[in-house]
Amino acid sequence: MISDDPPVIETTRLRRRYGGESGFEAVSGIDLRIERGELFALLGTNGAGKTSTMEVLEGLVAPSDGTVRVLGCDPVRQRRLVRPRMGIMLQEGGFPTDLTVAEAARMWAGTLSVPRPVATRVRNVLAKVAIDDRAGTLVKQLSGGERRRLDLALALLGDPEVLFLDEPTTGLDPESRRNTWRLIGELHAAGTTVVLTTHYLDEAEQLADRLAILHEGRIERLGTVADVVADHPSEISFDTPDLPLPELDGTTVTTGRRGITIHTHHLQRTLTQLLTWADEHGVRLPGLRASTASLETVFLSIAGDSRSAVTEEVSA
Amino acid sequence: MNGNVKASAAPAETRPGVTPAHRLAALARAEFTLLRRNKLLMVNAFVIPLLPIALLIPARSGGRVPQEAAVIALALLVLVLLLFVVYYNLLSSYVARREELVLKRLRTGECSDAEILLGTALPAVTVALGMVLLMSLVGTLALGLPAPENPIVLLLAVLGGAAVFTSLALITTTFTKNSEAAQITSLPVIGISVLGLPWVADALPQSVGEVVPYLPLAPVAELTMLGWLGLTPGGDRVAFAEIFQLAWQPALVMLAWLVLGAMVAHRYFRWEPRR
Repeated sequence: MISDDPPVIETTRLRRRYGGESGFEAVSGIDLRIERGELFALLGTNGAGKTSTMEVLEGLVAPSDGTVRVLGCDPVRQRRLVRPRMGIMLQEGGFPTDLTVAEAARMWAGTLSVPRPVATRVRNVLAKVAIDDRAGTLVKQLSGGERRRLDLALALLGDPEVLFLDEPTTGLDPESRRNTWRLIGELHAAGTTVVLTTHYLDEAEQLADRLAILHEGRIERLGTVADVVADHPSEISFDTPDLPLPELDGTTVTTGRRGITIHTHHLQRTLTQLLTWADEHGVRLPGLRASTASLETVFLSIAGDSRSAVTEEVSA
Repeated sequence: MNGNVKASAAPAETRPGVTPAHRLAALARAEFTLLRRNKLLMVNAFVIPLLPIALLIPARSGGRVPQEAAVIALALLVLVLLLFVVYYNLLSSYVARREELVLKRLRTGECSDAEILLGTALPAVTVALGMVLLMSLVGTLALGLPAPENPIVLLLAVLGGAAVFTSLALITTTFTKNSEAAQITSLPVIGISVLGLPWVADALPQSVGEVVPYLPLAPVAELTMLGWLGLTPGGDRVAFAEIFQLAWQPALVMLAWLVLGAMVAHRYFRWEPRR
């Protein structure tokens, strides 16, 4: 990859507001730069602004403020130029339910800038997502997972250089999910730039070169999984012991209803101090748990006061 | 920086040129398959338009159709084609495609908005034109109707009428929740269209009757009478060249409806279901 290549996607202070000046702002100033061949994941809870951001990148709507460039073009105004090079899988896109799988795919292929005739292309792409055995089935008789795979097939039909996938594996059974991951991995390896949103952290961990965690329309973390996890503290937790805790260097200690949580950037050192103290004073630490930061802990800490929420759930 | 932007804007690989005609054909083909699979829409498109012409069979005397019967049959034919084949069927299709999220998906592809709407409309408009052609052949050769006096004006009437009623269908989608609701929401347009029929208009009080020529179906009916029978609204017979001179006024009314309809549709049309 040449570093001074223009980025495939670039946004500056991107904003998207619904319902005019005083309306709800779903995207509040996002700066992104996605390079050619990258697989980039957008993570976030429901309402974090993932789909709203995707729709602007895809050129379905113009941003309320800020700029967006895809393949060097304005995706709304220069739609004709960029759209043929993009593949888009919406979170929820429909098919005419009285068409068969093959008819729906043929219709779509007929609208794309691809060599004709399209029959072979349609067959191949249906086989890729393992839905070719359902080619003659009416779309309305497909299961949710099969529809999702047909969705993916249509997004791939035009051999896109940039692929947008909004929750590509939601509703899939584990086997189809693996299959979809493998397919996305292959496209990535072949040089396709992929932007995907997902609820599944393992999906992002497995697939993404880099990711962004969105929260309330802003990017809270950006980078590789290692980058994102690196500056997040490790966590030690246990039920409140009989003796007050000693001073532990460089930690934050929170005492909750159910016990104590210690956040530290030096897990081994803090743990040694803690255990030495417990040993010397004969203190038992019931429910002791220690964990380094993972994408999940980072995600949950951003998504809200996760730990106490999880604890409450367990105790309820 | 500018150089970079330009370079990357050029396609990295050469993509085959696909014309709007390709895209329209793909959409129209799918839409026609869907029409074939929907019994109600099939009856609307192919059975109901036969009824006005069937009326001519008992009305014949000595192998010719009396002028009043021809007027009624042709006015009904245009009404049925525009209301059932074009307006109702398109309203139903547009709403169904919106609710199925098909319109939303199509907008993620290469088709422009206009192509999506036009591609969906093509089968209905083609059926309407085909029916007029079929009826002019069957009517002239077998049922004793005169041959169209000015086919150009007749064609203009049907095409323009189809465009007006397509835009009315687009406007009606904005207050139609699903394709079943179309049975109710289509009533206002059907109502004002029926008022545009010549003999219905004649029966109205004069103050109401004055607006009739400006209703959406009226110019279509007027142009059809001119183009096919060479008959003016006043009942005079005119020939080919004169027909053009008389056609511009109803054509203007039609154009006005088309512009108004397109503007309203453009402003209020929704591509996705209401959340």
